[in-house]
Amino acid sequence: MIHLLSTKDLSRDEAVQILDVAEDMADVATREVKKLPALRGKTVVNLFFEDSTRTRISFEAAAKRLSADVISVSAKGSSVSKGESLKDTAQTLAAIGADAVVIRHSSSGAPRVLANSGWIDAAVVNAGDGTHEHPTQALLDAFTMRKRIHGAASRGKDLDGIAVTIVGDVLHSRVARSNAWLLTTLGATVTFVAPATLLPVGIGEWPVETSYDLDEAIDAGPDVIMMLRIQSERMHAAFFPTAREYSREWGLDDERLSRLPAASLVMHPGPMNRGLEISANAADSPRSTVLEQVANGVSIRMAVLYLVLSGGAK
Amino acid sequence: MTARSVMQQADITRALTRISHEILESNRGASDLVLLGIPTRGVILARRIAAILDSIEPGSGTVGALDVTMYRDDLSRNLVRTPAPTEIPAGGLDGKTVVLVDDVLYSGRTIRSALDAINDIGRPRIVRLATLVDRGHRELPIRADFVGKNLPTSTSERINVRLLETDGVDEVAIA
Repeated sequence: MIHLLSTKDLSRDEAVQILDVAEDMADVATREVKKLPALRGKTVVNLFFEDSTRTRISFEAAAKRLSADVISVSAKGSSVSKGESLKDTAQTLAAIGADAVVIRHSSSGAPRVLANSGWIDAAVVNAGDGTHEHPTQALLDAFTMRKRIHGAASRGKDLDGIAVTIVGDVLHSRVARSNAWLLTTLGATVTFVAPATLLPVGIGEWPVETSYDLDEAIDAGPDVIMMLRIQSERMHAAFFPTAREYSREWGLDDERLSRLPAASLVMHPGPMNRGLEISANAADSPRSTVLEQVANGVSIRMAVLYLVLSGGAK
Repeated sequence: MTARSVMQQADITRALTRISHEILESNRGASDLVLLGIPTRGVILARRIAAILDSIEPGSGTVGALDVTMYRDDLSRNLVRTPAPTEIPAGGLDGKTVVLVDDVLYSGRTIRSALDAINDIGRPRIVRLATLVDRGHRELPIRADFVGKNLPTSTSERINVRLLETDGVDEVAIA
């Protein structure tokens, strides 16, 4: 693997390999010395043009556990706020000798531009670009599902036959896109449930089912239900009348939670709007994997950084 | 080039039995003994030695696996390696006699990685090294304490260790 830009690029074997490596990385977290020397002497730059807590911290922790040197740059407080272009920023990073760039950008496709432009000869990892993709989030979601379903025997397994329902703002969600490609590659079936205004144009081309009715989807008994965040920062039009109405029609409330099969997982990529897309009871129930997802995020990002940065035959 | 078989099933079993006795002798019994195999075939050999130890002195032979991929010094030279699981027995390594088990001892670099890996996990009292085949050509000041067979080789030759559990046959061959 040279870059990780999109889960669409991953074959089933590559995806399973990342999950398996993450399995070994997770073991490190239980040891006394939570550090591996694998990336000693490598420089990883976290280039965040958009606000983020968990993804940035997670990538930083991952790189540090692998002994890489980490430089974190956020748009605020850097020359980017003075109007520096992506090209100039990239060339600056190349000049200081970055081996990998983890980039989050509000424009879809920015990581691919960085990877293919020739401005910098570093591995590029997409940490979320606009409304396009967020591959490491999808990988950690798949890892969390696999771990809950197969337990200690997860290694080498895919998600064959698992039914995943993803609910909410699909239109603006890079998490939903990355999950759609990755989960179907791994053999799961994916259903999107959302108001018609929050489903993208051309969704018929995607390898997913769609529905407008959450109650129907819940009665179908999915193995996993993933609630997406309502992204108020990207809501530039009236996609639904009021928050209360959205919550009533498409929120996971206590009554809907009780109708889900007992073994179903409740997932959320965070940060959660409690009371809007997910009730506090659903978020804190034992079926909820929200905190596991954060913990697994570090292991997945260690695996991705290890795989893009090791290996000399590029 | 055709492969030349140098050890068959009976030879391998005899070598492992002798190594087991030597381990018990040098440790004066089986107390605080932990066998750590280096994946893939070292783990299988460690399990076999543990089974033999158990038949000599019941209750001995704690066995685990130690993956050294992340500690290698050639990570950015060769192709990407996928790590294998590390399993440390419940009692940990502190104060134990650890016997590292690998199939072939060559440059010694794998063992150096293993020593670094152990360092991050605990502080054993003693670390020893058992290997089925020692083919020479060391690049580091490392030697084995227990050797199944010394095989003088040239660097252009390859040693193939095949074991029942992974390859369906017990055999060591030079190609």
